[in-house]
Amino acid sequence: MRKIFASAVAATASLASVAAYAAQPTPWQATFQPAATGIMEQITWFERYTLWFIVPITLFVLFLLAYCIWRFRASANPVPSRTSHNTLIEVIWTVGPVVILLFLAIPSFQLLTAQYSPPEDAKLTIKATANQWNWDYEYQNAEPLSFNSAMLAEADRAAAGKEDKAAYPRLLAVDNEVVVPINTLVRVLVTASDVIHAFAMPAFGVKTDAVPGRINEIWFKAEKEGLYYGQCSELCGKDHAYMPIAIRVVSDAQYNTWLAAAKSDLPGANKALMAETDGAAKVAAAGN
Amino acid sequence: MAGAAAHDHHDHKPKGWVRWVYSTNHKDIGTLYLIFAIMAGCIGGFLSVMMRWELAEPGIQIFHGLASMVYGVEGDSAIDAGKSMFNAFTTAHGLVMIFFMVMPALIGGFANWMVPIMIGAPDMAFPRMNNISFWLLPPAFLLLILSAFMPSAPGAHGVGGGWTIYPPLSTSGQPGPAMDLAILSLHIAGASSILGAINFITTIFNMRAPGMTLHKMPLFAWSVLITAFLLLLSLPVLAGGITMLLTDRNFGTTFFAPEGGGDPILFQHLFWFFGHPEVYILILPGFGIVSHIVSTFSRKPIFGYLGMAYAMVAIGAVGFVVWAHHMYTTGLSLDTQRYFVFATMVIAVPTGVKIFSWIATMWGGSISMKTPMIWAIGFIFLFTVGGVTGVQLANAGLDRSLHDTYYVVAHFHYVLSLGAVFAIFAAWYYWFPKMTGYMYSAAIANTHFWVTFVGVNLIFFPQHFLGLAGMPRRYIDYPDAYAGWNAVSSYGSYISAIGVLIFLFGVFEAFSKKRVAGANPWGDGATTLEWQLPSPPPFHQWEQLPKIK
Repeated sequence: MRKIFASAVAATASLASVAAYAAQPTPWQATFQPAATGIMEQITWFERYTLWFIVPITLFVLFLLAYCIWRFRASANPVPSRTSHNTLIEVIWTVGPVVILLFLAIPSFQLLTAQYSPPEDAKLTIKATANQWNWDYEYQNAEPLSFNSAMLAEADRAAAGKEDKAAYPRLLAVDNEVVVPINTLVRVLVTASDVIHAFAMPAFGVKTDAVPGRINEIWFKAEKEGLYYGQCSELCGKDHAYMPIAIRVVSDAQYNTWLAAAKSDLPGANKALMAETDGAAKVAAAGN
Repeated sequence: MAGAAAHDHHDHKPKGWVRWVYSTNHKDIGTLYLIFAIMAGCIGGFLSVMMRWELAEPGIQIFHGLASMVYGVEGDSAIDAGKSMFNAFTTAHGLVMIFFMVMPALIGGFANWMVPIMIGAPDMAFPRMNNISFWLLPPAFLLLILSAFMPSAPGAHGVGGGWTIYPPLSTSGQPGPAMDLAILSLHIAGASSILGAINFITTIFNMRAPGMTLHKMPLFAWSVLITAFLLLLSLPVLAGGITMLLTDRNFGTTFFAPEGGGDPILFQHLFWFFGHPEVYILILPGFGIVSHIVSTFSRKPIFGYLGMAYAMVAIGAVGFVVWAHHMYTTGLSLDTQRYFVFATMVIAVPTGVKIFSWIATMWGGSISMKTPMIWAIGFIFLFTVGGVTGVQLANAGLDRSLHDTYYVVAHFHYVLSLGAVFAIFAAWYYWFPKMTGYMYSAAIANTHFWVTFVGVNLIFFPQHFLGLAGMPRRYIDYPDAYAGWNAVSSYGSYISAIGVLIFLFGVFEAFSKKRVAGANPWGDGATTLEWQLPSPPPFHQWEQLPKIK
């Protein structure tokens, strides 16, 4: 009973600080992660929209197969028809799919265009360089800030103050998160130093390959504060599964404080930011 | 004349190993191909069960142990070697299943066996070339197996670049000889397929029985003709791409190395210009086979024969201009992505024509649910499932989220592992009595179907959920939240493995019981020419060419 009560408290607490729990996979999940950007909301909408076509089509085919098997079984229909042509039905099943594809294509092209049409100029540009098997981030501000971000080793959890496995899951948590302000259009320039990797952030609806010798550009505008996780999405060798991407979306004020402190003391700035954002989440974790 | 008399009695077949190794007989070579495909399929299947066993739980379960067993490393280096070994397994699973299982089974096996018979030809046009086509495959396969034991990246063995072998991971990323052996293996397997394709095109164009115009030719022969053209046009591009890879690795060229002015993305264009037609190469012969089986067991002619034939032509032609839909996240321009979205969606139309025509063939028929028909209907349904997720993935905007996740793995296994492989088993149970003269046990064969059907759906359906939740493919370990569906998927894999054992037992049982099948066990629905010959057919058939009215 205490346990149930505790988890109810935890649930309320985590609702209050939607933040730390916002976007990472959950057990038995069968849909997209919750969207944190307008683009991901559109992708989620479009995915649901396509289901309205493909699920009925699949069920229709299943129904027709089952009906034929039952209705035209040899015992019920000993003499087969010899029909092998019907121009009308052939035209229908050619034109019908074309019409359905048009219904899919129009929102699809709108979505694709939206992904390549940032609504405003980027206020912050971050260059992400993938290495085997970690990421270098460079804030391209007047006073640049660069740091490396690698997966959090289990041994370093305590030192980093990231013992809470719900907020800092195994294989997803990193040592240094990327920190960006909320409701700000952020441009990410993605490249790689050795082999091809891919920068992906499911909750933001972005994914682009990190290709040596090329710079790929993506943008996002996160609308919810929180800590978001993605993983390298192009096979890059032995530790492909061990180079996560973590982005912390915070308020403007928190971002400015962090940025000012990070230039001289990145670990200190991260700890200070964590103390602020994880406060509520820590209470929840303590209840478990 | 003694020679002429021997000819008449069809019995001058060579004896012993000479018959097989020196064989120029399309049926013997087809049998060799089928045996080869079964063995390669068992090896490729073993690799996949090992991967599913590894992925059954979060964390590394077995690969550090496997690595220390095979490569004799211990401790932390066993973990590292195990991670690389997992990548080598995914790579080898893909290459083995594509080049050494599905293609040899459908094209080398069933097409070699049945196309000459179905078009009323005594043999293939170039019987000796047919022999070399087959005998290039075992050395190619041995090279690939050998590569698994060669160094690749530091501390690693075997090609770990995925079947797509993208540079720079396949060049500077893996300097050891494993990749060179794999490239050579692909070259040889490719040469084998090109020779086979030339043989089929020549045979089908020139050796049809009198009266069999192209528009009267059985759909399986149509599907193989189109497949052969796809092979002929796409494999040289792969050969060129991997040759450039080889020279980048060994002779200082920089086709794909940006530091020398090259571009890694160029390889992806070359690879997928081959790779996309390749997936149609894997499935088109299956389309042909399913058409015959549906028609036979519905006792009805194929509905919309011309539409079926030209739908395959359309799929083959459009299949050459959609390759970059595998590359939406590489940084293609917006207009390029728009074009590839449009072109890819077009393919859904001829594919829909085929699905509906199969159903229309059943409509009004007199359907008996014999084993081949069960597999064929299973194919139609599962291929539809894989097809509609393909329509989703065609949309670049949505593929942004799904690219390189398990959603893609689920999609292509629904069309290939559940599509092409179901077509192979349908063909096996359809033609087994013709090829061997023996009837298998329907009970065992149907059990094989149901166990496989349940198993593969348990493997691959949950992978849609994993993909939506964001799990990337080619991962040896995953965040704990993905554990549930991964466990289900792994159980499915074990069930499917039992299915393979049932299959092998069914083959053994059929040969030991020796139930005589007769010339045509399927009744008057089986109208193609192979059913007019005894089972098994004589060593040389159609010395009197059949006349097609």
